[in-house]
Amino acid sequence: MTAADAFSRKKSNTEARSVRILTFKIDDRDVSAREDETILAVARQNNIYIPTLCHLDGLSERGACRLCIVEIKGSPKLVPACVTRGREGIEVITNSERIADYRRKILELIFTERNHVCSVCVSNGHCELQQLAVNLGMTHVHYDYLYPRLAIDASHERFSLDHDRCVLCLRCVRVCDEIEGAHTWDVMKRGINSRVITDLNQPWGSSSTCTGCGKCVQVCPTGALSEKGKSVAEMVKRRQFLPYLQLMRGVDRE
Amino acid sequence: MTQTAADASQSVQTNPKQSQDRRWRSVNRTIRLNGNQPDALIETLHAVQESFGYIDLDAMQYVARELTVPLSRVYAVATFYHYFTLKPPGDHTCVVCMGTACYIGGSTAILDSIHEGFGISPGETTPDGKVSLLTARCLGSCGLAPAAVFDGEVAGKLDAATVVEKIARWADHDSES
Amino acid sequence: MTLSLEELQQIARIEKDRREGFQHRIKICVAAGCLSCQSATLKEAMEKEVSRRGMENWVDVKGVGCLGLCTAGPLVFVEPDGILYQGVKVSDAGPIIESLGAEPIDALHCSTDLPFFARQHKVVLENCGRIDPERIEDYIAEGGYYALYQALRNMTPREVIQEITRGGLRGRGGAGYPTGLKWTTVAKAVNATKYVICNADEGDPGAFMDRSVLESDPHRVLEGMAIAAYAVGAAQGFIYVRAEYPLAVKRLRTAIAHAERLGVLGNGIFNTRFRFDVRVRLGAGAFVCGEETALMASIEGRLGKPRPRPPYPAEYGLWGCPTLINNVETFANVAPIIRNGGAWFAGIGTETSKGTKVFALAGRVNHTGLIEVPMGTMLRDIVFEIGGGIPRGGRFKAVQTGGPSGGCIPEQYLDMPVDYESLAEAGSIMGSGGMIIMDESSCMVDVAKFFMEFCMSESCGKCVPCRVGTTQLYHLLCKITSGAAQPSDLDKIEELCDLVKNTALCGLGQTAPNPVMSTLHYFRDEYTAHIEDKVCPAKACKMQPAKEVV
Ligand SMILES: Cc1cc2nc3c(=O)[nH]c(=O)nc-3n(C[C@H](O)[C@H](O)[C@H](O)COP(=O)(O)O)c2cc1C
Ligand code: FES
Ligand code: FES
Repeated sequence: MTAADAFSRKKSNTEARSVRILTFKIDDRDVSAREDETILAVARQNNIYIPTLCHLDGLSERGACRLCIVEIKGSPKLVPACVTRGREGIEVITNSERIADYRRKILELIFTERNHVCSVCVSNGHCELQQLAVNLGMTHVHYDYLYPRLAIDASHERFSLDHDRCVLCLRCVRVCDEIEGAHTWDVMKRGINSRVITDLNQPWGSSSTCTGCGKCVQVCPTGALSEKGKSVAEMVKRRQFLPYLQLMRGVDRE
Repeated sequence: MTQTAADASQSVQTNPKQSQDRRWRSVNRTIRLNGNQPDALIETLHAVQESFGYIDLDAMQYVARELTVPLSRVYAVATFYHYFTLKPPGDHTCVVCMGTACYIGGSTAILDSIHEGFGISPGETTPDGKVSLLTARCLGSCGLAPAAVFDGEVAGKLDAATVVEKIARWADHDSES
Repeated sequence: MTLSLEELQQIARIEKDRREGFQHRIKICVAAGCLSCQSATLKEAMEKEVSRRGMENWVDVKGVGCLGLCTAGPLVFVEPDGILYQGVKVSDAGPIIESLGAEPIDALHCSTDLPFFARQHKVVLENCGRIDPERIEDYIAEGGYYALYQALRNMTPREVIQEITRGGLRGRGGAGYPTGLKWTTVAKAVNATKYVICNADEGDPGAFMDRSVLESDPHRVLEGMAIAAYAVGAAQGFIYVRAEYPLAVKRLRTAIAHAERLGVLGNGIFNTRFRFDVRVRLGAGAFVCGEETALMASIEGRLGKPRPRPPYPAEYGLWGCPTLINNVETFANVAPIIRNGGAWFAGIGTETSKGTKVFALAGRVNHTGLIEVPMGTMLRDIVFEIGGGIPRGGRFKAVQTGGPSGGCIPEQYLDMPVDYESLAEAGSIMGSGGMIIMDESSCMVDVAKFFMEFCMSESCGKCVPCRVGTTQLYHLLCKITSGAAQPSDLDKIEELCDLVKNTALCGLGQTAPNPVMSTLHYFRDEYTAHIEDKVCPAKACKMQPAKEVV
């Protein structure tokens, strides 16, 4: 649970039993929303596209990839739609020239960070990163590639981890902690040296806490986590379990 | 797992919780004082490093169990914070300040000459295990830049020659000093 | 046990009498700077010398906090004669004691009429170098804990906040947020548990103000925190100190123990129902933990990674409770404001920036050390009067303020008053108070690269613009300083600066481009010299293609 979630829940407990309904504008359309809903959730209800990467319905928010940034009229600061709640009367702009430009550049940065060679990737064709490049009209990368030298961890009997494809969205870390309750995954080091790890940075296959549930693989947006022995065509991720599990656990979420 | 101090590895194999080793007792005291709470993770890692000079995997495993913190989280915290080290340090350590004042005062030249003289870069230890070189982000002695810490003692207004000479004295001496 | 006003006054009286009993009091600086010049051995030698002569009853030797002029350490101050000695060696102990009451020793004498001392205005540092930081009685003798008594017994929490607001105090941790406003928000938050945190992470390399305050006058910070806790309704406080400051940690722990024993911390302080405990938490070498949300995560034992705000700590902070977080120097200003009134404080400084500011002067300047001046003092006065100008006849080039989040201010701004707004206008920030002076020998591209390397390796790695953007920027700057860059690389740098500044999650990323942007703005010709002519005008960079020219 992120701070923001707990915060919103706490607020709704203390201040008003009945949640207030707000009206504001997104891209010149009038929308109404509960006060504890994020701009992203409201936009989605109204079929307004905001690109996202670290966000995944059913997991806590991180606000880290910054692809969902939007403008609020009259404020120079850009805000991430996935963690920002609406306010009465504001005007949200989701697709100005400036934002589109920033988003493309952020995406380019992600591509330069690791070695994303789509042609040999198991997720080619079902990759969220690839899809984002298409959606945002990113045609080429004009920054230098960093070409880190990274390894593949294929020690797990059913799954494998390819750091070259990892975008550090940390969905795996969150699903493992928040849904499966195993907390096998975490990130070691910091900054550009950050890597996802299992247990004490040991081979995944030797992890003593991994339950082998495979949820991390299903939520991974790219080919960083994949099932062994699957062909490219088969490597489609299944995430239906997430809203379902959340429902079963009685967490009121979108 | 590699360990330098033989008795340390022994006390790991016997349960650190009951260990009579002074070093483990100090770690256990920190854990107890904080009521085995997960939020004492950083404090406890400080205690481990203070006792043993570094944090090894066995210690992490033990801390994780005692504080009920996931293993991966212990590893993440131990590697996120630069103050913690997972490698045993050399007999002597030299910490060169790379803060702004010292940088303007010429600490890069000091590092270069250490590298020239002893073949070690920041984060490395000489092959004989005698001298470790580290860098710091400001020691708070900026008025005396460039500054460095030699085995816990801060020295200021340094130049490359003095530093090399000090380290050479360590490297030549037997590990007694 | 609780303390009454009479007892507090009695402690002060006894301490003052004790001081009067000595004919001479020798104060030796034992803060970090002078300690690294062996001032501890000097103190021992001095004590031995005194007892050898059987003078214990009329000469007092004590260790005190920072005397300010760190370049000239170890410093020794003799009272009541008012003589300051600099660069004192162990062998000087005997002669100094001999000279007591007679002529001072010329060779060691350092005039206190120097602008370095005369131009300062001490509020935060009023006790630094005067009291023994390890004796609470010494602090009380200087009026310590009287402000806490006044607040608890004679003022409502609201009145305390009003006084702070009237004083116009603004946060000294960097952003300059009005302290009274912040306290009001936390006070208004409805929750049974609230926390007060003192941010002593001081990550800006080249700054050591907070360290000196903690090492020289730790009780002042505790008193400020206790008053704040009373004002906002908190009962538990934390001080988050960097682990690189072992002496500050030790003195804080001693101070807390003494304060608890005396009853100015703990239960029922001054016979009221107010209760306040303070705990020290250690950092572990992460600059980003100075950011408030990361700092709180770190206190909770987690990774020090910032989270998006809102919610702000004032509403949702440590363990989800409303939390007040202020800088060391901010807290250090609290007791004097309560003691002397907000109006007094508002009388110092400028229209928008009240009070004084402590700066750590370092780099290419004659008098390095710690200074405290009223807000609005001219930059020129700080560098050339107080700082004594550039050594070895060098030429002033720029002053860097605000550390990795700040910028470089060139010569044409020397006649600018130093306050929050003017610094921002010049493309820098007040920051926590580090002031690094640079002369012609510094290459501004190299300086920008130095800070970018810092931000890159201190980036927590959570958000993409900061994690990858700072790395890309660093690589581009490396290209320039090695002579491998093309003109188009400069466009890329500007583009990336704009991107990182506007899209990063926390303050670290949002301000990381500042050193690059400000040097590009004022020293663009240096960049182009590297790129087009492949030369480094300051001759600091090793330019590869230019080798044959040299
Ligand atoms: C990257 C980063 C580093 C910071 N480091 C410090 C620091 O070392 N000390 C500090 O007091 N504030 C630091 N701050 C500012 C704090 O987040 C916070 O604003 C401050 O402690 C509030 O106290 P104040 O209102 O008294 O200034 C930092 C902020 C950022 C974004
Ligand atoms: S989806 Fe909002 S920051 Fe990643
Ligand atoms: S910059 Fe080296 S001690 Fe501060």
